Amino acid sequence: MSIEAIPVEPPTLKHAGHAAASTLMRRHRLRWWEASPWLAAVAFYFAFPDYLGFGTALLITILFALSLDLALGYAGIITLGHAAFFGAGAYTVGLLAFHGIWTEPITSLVLAALAAAAIGFASGLVLLRTQGLTLLMLTLCTMALLQEAANMAHDYTGGFDGLPSLDIAPVFGVFEFNPLYPDTQYLYTLAVLLVCFVFIRTLVYSPFGQSLTGIRENLLRMHAIGSPVRRRLVICYTISAAIAGIAGGLWAQTNAYVNLSALDLDRAATVLIILILGGYGRLYGAFLGAIAYLALEHFLARIYPSAWQLGLGLLLIFVALYARNGILGLGEDVWRRYRAGRASQ
Amino acid sequence: MTEIRLETCALSRRFGALLALQQIDFKLAVGARHALIGPNGAGKTTFINLLGGALPPSRGRVLLKGEDITKRTQAERVKLGIARTFQINRLFRGLSVLENVCISVAERVGAAPAMFYPIGRRTDVIEESMQLLEMLKLTTIAEHRVSELPYGRQRLVEIAIAIGSKPDVLLLDEPAAGVPSAESHIILDALERLPEHIAILIIEHDMDLVFRFAKRVTVMVGGAVFAEGTPREIESNSQVRAVYLGQAGHG
Repeated sequence: MSIEAIPVEPPTLKHAGHAAASTLMRRHRLRWWEASPWLAAVAFYFAFPDYLGFGTALLITILFALSLDLALGYAGIITLGHAAFFGAGAYTVGLLAFHGIWTEPITSLVLAALAAAAIGFASGLVLLRTQGLTLLMLTLCTMALLQEAANMAHDYTGGFDGLPSLDIAPVFGVFEFNPLYPDTQYLYTLAVLLVCFVFIRTLVYSPFGQSLTGIRENLLRMHAIGSPVRRRLVICYTISAAIAGIAGGLWAQTNAYVNLSALDLDRAATVLIILILGGYGRLYGAFLGAIAYLALEHFLARIYPSAWQLGLGLLLIFVALYARNGILGLGEDVWRRYRAGRASQ
Repeated sequence: MTEIRLETCALSRRFGALLALQQIDFKLAVGARHALIGPNGAGKTTFINLLGGALPPSRGRVLLKGEDITKRTQAERVKLGIARTFQINRLFRGLSVLENVCISVAERVGAAPAMFYPIGRRTDVIEESMQLLEMLKLTTIAEHRVSELPYGRQRLVEIAIAIGSKPDVLLLDEPAAGVPSAESHIILDALERLPEHIAILIIEHDMDLVFRFAKRVTVMVGGAVFAEGTPREIESNSQVRAVYLGQAGHG
């Protein structure tokens, strides 16, 4: 291919001042409000010391939802089996700790990520040749196979009973995981979430992330501009799996147990609902969705304990019909109208 | 004799019992403005799919600058300089016009696999995309989301994405399809601004556009080449008028 195909001057950036160009050049910059989730998380630590167990679960759910957002929201990989990677991470931590092989928490998380990534890579090579309903079913099958494997390997995994009373070493050899006062669990999880979030945020604004969005928006066009689509998808799926594995590993460490629920359809469906509720393909949709879901669960279960999911179902119908981009999408619409209204005045 | 950029030798494609293309021998010169016309079902889009590598041929060969590229994948052919547009828009609808072009440019310059810096730092990619939009007179709508644009403008974005690959050969599948006739001049204007050395093969039903733009015309009927010549020769060819121009009118 000739480089001279179109006469292009050296990048003198004469268009840098154009609105579209400067928007794109500044899009990745941090905005002031992006500090708020983290400030809120720190405030929560001081304000609700009795609810840190709940807070830890919330942070893990956010991380898991973020991992799904990368695959589903950005690359458009339709999956109902993301708990496969959550479970792979959880069982990696659980098996290593239960059998006394490795209990150091941070390196355990790295191993959890690697194990989940390996499964994501191997299954992705096969699955990502397909699309739509076939892909959905195959992701579901992968998860079901893993769950059944964990169930049958009773001697190692404890089968249905799982692996109880995991002994996790203190973080940095100092901060112990105390089940009664989960301060360490909360702050440790928050730190891991922050690191993973920075990584994901960098990724989605990168040229790679842009090409994933392209694949989501128009697969055929990406083929036609010469993009190695399947390779991109497999890489994305592997990274997403690794992060889900970290979430699962955190779950195992902070609860000090692992059971088959880590690999359950219930878990995979819940994280999907959270992402749809919050707004997929939007980074902060995972945060809002997780908070909204757990708050709803809390309040609806109090009002109507036997059938609280009915309320959730109604809300999902509303979101599917009137707010396709979730809570965050609704907020964006309102903000856009407000700005348009101000501009026209 | 002008230099040949793209060539096919006895290219055939079969879909089950249907022989969609039979024994097509075709030459596209450097800098060509070549139109492919013919009734619906003549195999025009299939031909473009075979040239671009979206479909493999059943028989025959495709040569680019004399080199056999029949076995090359679509992605490899894009790298070799063959780009295409689609009859029905295939755009990144939720993204801005600029982003649409940036995705294509980033892919070509090899920036697309990069994970650890933001696309906003690739000012070379953004600048080149803006220059391309300037060439097609699209800078005023660069910030608009594609799905919010009128159809005629969307067709131009379709062309802009293809040009982002810096092709030597550009395959345009009905660039004016679906564009209201009052707007179809913007397509022609844009096509006339494309760099001269690009060899362009255009499928089009709008005969005004074909006869104004093309320097050479191939008529395809029933999967075979029916006639080839200058626009004037084709227009005055009584057989062509009988099978196509007379009945199809101006689409």
